[in-house]
Amino acid sequence: MTIPVLSVRGLVVEIPTRHGVMRPVDGMTFDIKAGEILGLVGESGAGKSMTGNAVIGLLDPPARIAEGEIYLNGDRIDRLRLADLRKRRGKDIGMVFQDPLTSLNPLLPIGDQLTETILEHLPVSMSEAKTRAVAALEEVGIPAAAERIGAYPHEFSGGMRQRVVIALALSAEPSLIIADEPTTALDVSVQAQITALLKRLCRERGAGVMLVTHDMGVIAETADRVAVMYAGQLVELGFVRQVLSEPCHPYTDGLMGSTPQASKGQTRLRQIPGSMPRLGNLPPGCAFSPRCSYVQDKCRQKPELRLNSCDSRTACWFPIGAPA
Amino acid sequence: MLAYVIRRVFHSIVVLLAVGLVAFSMFRFVGDPIDNMLGQERTQADIDRLRTQLGLDQPFAIQYWKFLSGAAEGNFGVSYRQGRPVSDIISERAPATLELAAVSGLFAILLGIGLGVFTAIRRNGIASNLIMTLSLVGVSLPTFLIGILLIYVFSVELDMLPSFGRGETVMVGYWSTGFLTKSGLVALILPAITLGLYQMTLIMRLVRSEMLEVLRQDYIRFARARGLRERVVNFRHALKNTLVPVITVTGLQLGSIIAFAIITETVFQWPGVGLLFINAIHFVDIPVMAAYLMLISVMFVTINLVVDLLYFAIDPRLRVDGRST
Amino acid sequence: MTDSARQTQVTAPSSEPSRLKTVWESDFGYAFRRSPVALVSCLVVLFLVLSAVMAPWIAPHDPFNPVTLNLMNGFTPPSTPNAFTGDSFWLGTDDQGRDVFSTILFGMRISLFVGFSAVLFAMILGVTLGLIAGYAGGWIETLIMRVADVQLTFPAILVAMLIFGIAKGFTPVEYRDQMAIWVLILAIGLSDWVQFARVVRGATLVEKNKEYVQAARLIGRSGGAIMLRHILPNVLSPVLVIATISLALAIIAEATLSFLGVGAPPTQPSLGTLIRIGQGFLFSGEWWILLFPSVTLLSLALSVNLLGDWLRDALNPRLR
Repeated sequence: MTIPVLSVRGLVVEIPTRHGVMRPVDGMTFDIKAGEILGLVGESGAGKSMTGNAVIGLLDPPARIAEGEIYLNGDRIDRLRLADLRKRRGKDIGMVFQDPLTSLNPLLPIGDQLTETILEHLPVSMSEAKTRAVAALEEVGIPAAAERIGAYPHEFSGGMRQRVVIALALSAEPSLIIADEPTTALDVSVQAQITALLKRLCRERGAGVMLVTHDMGVIAETADRVAVMYAGQLVELGFVRQVLSEPCHPYTDGLMGSTPQASKGQTRLRQIPGSMPRLGNLPPGCAFSPRCSYVQDKCRQKPELRLNSCDSRTACWFPIGAPA
Repeated sequence: MLAYVIRRVFHSIVVLLAVGLVAFSMFRFVGDPIDNMLGQERTQADIDRLRTQLGLDQPFAIQYWKFLSGAAEGNFGVSYRQGRPVSDIISERAPATLELAAVSGLFAILLGIGLGVFTAIRRNGIASNLIMTLSLVGVSLPTFLIGILLIYVFSVELDMLPSFGRGETVMVGYWSTGFLTKSGLVALILPAITLGLYQMTLIMRLVRSEMLEVLRQDYIRFARARGLRERVVNFRHALKNTLVPVITVTGLQLGSIIAFAIITETVFQWPGVGLLFINAIHFVDIPVMAAYLMLISVMFVTINLVVDLLYFAIDPRLRVDGRST
Repeated sequence: MTDSARQTQVTAPSSEPSRLKTVWESDFGYAFRRSPVALVSCLVVLFLVLSAVMAPWIAPHDPFNPVTLNLMNGFTPPSTPNAFTGDSFWLGTDDQGRDVFSTILFGMRISLFVGFSAVLFAMILGVTLGLIAGYAGGWIETLIMRVADVQLTFPAILVAMLIFGIAKGFTPVEYRDQMAIWVLILAIGLSDWVQFARVVRGATLVEKNKEYVQAARLIGRSGGAIMLRHILPNVLSPVLVIATISLALAIIAEATLSFLGVGAPPTQPSLGTLIRIGQGFLFSGEWWILLFPSVTLLSLALSVNLLGDWLRDALNPRLR
């Protein structure tokens, strides 16, 4: 079996606050293989972005990795010194942020931002870096790339800027890409183009992708596998088709029920009652239990992530569709 | 863009005309110019002659116009106290003030930006906190006390640096410079620090707060995520964005340096324009006061204009906005 | 606990102590108690203001009464008996035998008087012009704000010097020393009104269009009454903050002008004048004539400044 591009084991992120230690990420375990797109979904505040930031080592202090291990192509990276981790950022891990309007330095031409990244990570000359920069822009579908290399970010539209951001993230040919809500800030008409672009580039290069989003539609369209997060914990992990059509965890089920699906011709969306608990006061046992319609006494104990009959892994004592 | 420049230039001219009106009114209405220029023994004929000579019998608007055109040619009349043309006195003393202001400005900008960046990057370091606390005291200290303190430490106690005057000067054409002799350079040190310290503190605090703001931006995160070195992130990405708002304030501070030179020049008996102005106030030497006011206004207005135009050079977004409006 | 609280409320529903207590127990009071900087600087300011006000009663000597002065006492070092007269002075004496401690007390009195009066003057002028500009609009507003803009182009201290010079020119020579203090107040006040006017105008523009002002106008209230009764109370809090910060600036401005010799005259010395006098003895070794007034000015300026900074943050974080 080949080594996964990214391997996360029992990751815990802690934030010490006045009211005690918060755990926005609590025991995440998952793998991403080369050429695979893993979708990370959940409500806002579930810890999706925090997981992505932890992997690339960009947690804002006082947040820190408290437990767990992160392996990149088999090398452990969560214990690296900042200087060594920095060399891996951009080169081995590329990151795409949510808002293309604010991700680019407004005072530097996009070409400069591309070449500085390429020169930092690859042993090439300035002219070679420029050629590569133009190629990278062409690859993400910027028309007349060679002429626009000296243009400033504000001279591009939102969708075009996100293409530039993707070109930047991919410019040093990383093997893992973390895309943090890459389409959320874009117009609906542009969203599909960007997702398709991301998908195509990763397939071509065989890079693994961690796609963080709250949009089930984007997951269905793009991802191979999906990891569902709730209150910092992984509640369900499996192949997209499997999880979306036959969700096992009640939360996933609720999430699917609250997503409009044109094909099924639903008349009314279901809601999940209540809201996600604040990190400071999680209920004992299963974090979802107060909102769960299948809750039983056993849910006071914390469920482990287990393989279940519906061929995905679920952290639930009573997964839907399992024999009682 | 062109429309904007024209509007700014027009605005500057309005300010200058307003200041000119103030300066002219000082001439015309503060005290009696005839009294000031003629001694006790005067005849009615003398008075009438001088009145015609000064154009005081003409309408107000014409007098104002004559004053302005005179000022534009550098003709500000004769000092009541010294009896010499004001333009001669000022051009004699301008080099001293300008050299002092230039050195202080350079000191304030370089150290201000440097320390501002340092305290922003090492936000929680001991050195940063110490510098920030000291800067708070620095802002509250009156300039003249700083000067006296420096004189006490470096001239009285340590006897290292001179406490007054500008040392030996060399004439280069019309310009008397202190840059070319050792005593001239040494004499510059204490006054330059005194004059620059307050502006340095302001620039430092501004750079620090702007830089902290910039370091929180997404593009800085993105630059880090691309694996750029801290040095590149801090200086290539963060500093340039920090400097855009800093330029306005810094520009205005440079103007203030020339005005605040009045205080420093008094403390160090620096033979510049500021000391001249203070003595003019002392003896109500109106022509000197008016000339100083006009000169410093031209300087301030020019600096403001240059600062506004500098924005276009630094921020590409403005160039586009300017084109579209 | 609740009983006693109720009791104070019953016994003194609106008297001064209970109002003080409400302030003390409010969020504002809490922030104040929690900030050592605010507490200490407030104490220092109170102490200095009190000693300045009480100067005629607590000063050991009257430094401006020639009858009590003995030139033989000149240059007596602090707390050391004079070689000729045997008199001892806590902070020593200056060249004319005046008690340094007493001159500082009286000097501070003048510094504070000029500072407070100048700020009061600037405040009344600025608030009035700001209200008028914001409420009247049109060419009046343009004129007032343009003048403010032009004045703001120049440092306040320069404007104050200029106004001082012009006013001095208008004063007959024989009255110049007598009038100097008032001319100072005028000069510093005129150099400082712009901040008040800008803030008040901004707030007035916001308040002007609110329903309650519209309503007041509908029931036929005059413009002046609306401004005074309805708009003014709403802009008081930022005005208070600016006033405190202005006070520190005014004290420093006064000291600077007096130090430069274009402020308080030697016959009515302020702290700045005393420092100017003391600077002359920097090289001859009579350090106390210079040091003590400087330290006093420094503590005054620093504590008012810190108090102003703190007040700004506590009352209105948006002004930061």
